[in-house]
Amino acid sequence: MPYPEELVAPMRQEILRAGARELRTAADVDAARAAAKKGTTLLLVNSVCGCAAGSARPGVVLALQHGVRPERVLTVFAGQDTDATARARQWIGPDVPPSSPSIALFRDGVLVHFVPRHLIEGRDGRAVALELVNAFEKHCAATA
Amino acid sequence: MGTFHHDTHPLHGITCVVDTKGPRVWVGRVATIDGTGVQLMGADLFEEAPGGETKADFLARVARLGFWERHGQVRVPAEEVVSVRPLGELRTAGA
Repeated sequence: MPYPEELVAPMRQEILRAGARELRTAADVDAARAAAKKGTTLLLVNSVCGCAAGSARPGVVLALQHGVRPERVLTVFAGQDTDATARARQWIGPDVPPSSPSIALFRDGVLVHFVPRHLIEGRDGRAVALELVNAFEKHCAATA
Repeated sequence: MGTFHHDTHPLHGITCVVDTKGPRVWVGRVATIDGTGVQLMGADLFEEAPGGETKADFLARVARLGFWERHGQVRVPAEEVVSVRPLGELRTAGA
């Protein structure tokens, strides 16, 4: 059952303020995926979970301040926008277990780096950002 | 380590590997740890068999991408538990 929107709204805004585009429907995800066939795309699977999402969002926000970053930043909200999240997980890949929060980095539409929940929980935003920045420098430098 | 819940075990809410004395290893989010055992939520079980994937192989795989939550709630009895450690530390260690 989804949480009340008034509780979730600040969690959406935190990542939208950093320049992410939110995908609320499966059709939104399909369109974004089609547009991401060229270049680099970050996808945050956002969630309410305070144990990990409280580090995932600040980590993404901090990482996006780095000079080398993905061309597109997208987000879906697990447990809230369920169709969009299910479609986003199809994009991430059938071999990747569902995980929220999690962060996927695509290059030319193909998953090149994945940060599952267990690599976020127990860490602060700076540690998450460091992992993302390293991935940006490896996969986004040529297209940044 | 730990979550924002201050009245629980330090590993509450953290995805951990629970290794056992036998061929089984569990992976899941810790609910409680006490003298009776480890309670996991959203867990997966791997069981080593001759000629098959080893515990180390399985853990290296799940440390990279995560695991499928095939069991809603699991209690691993204390007498079976060899170790409990965060899954995230395995990748940090290069697993």
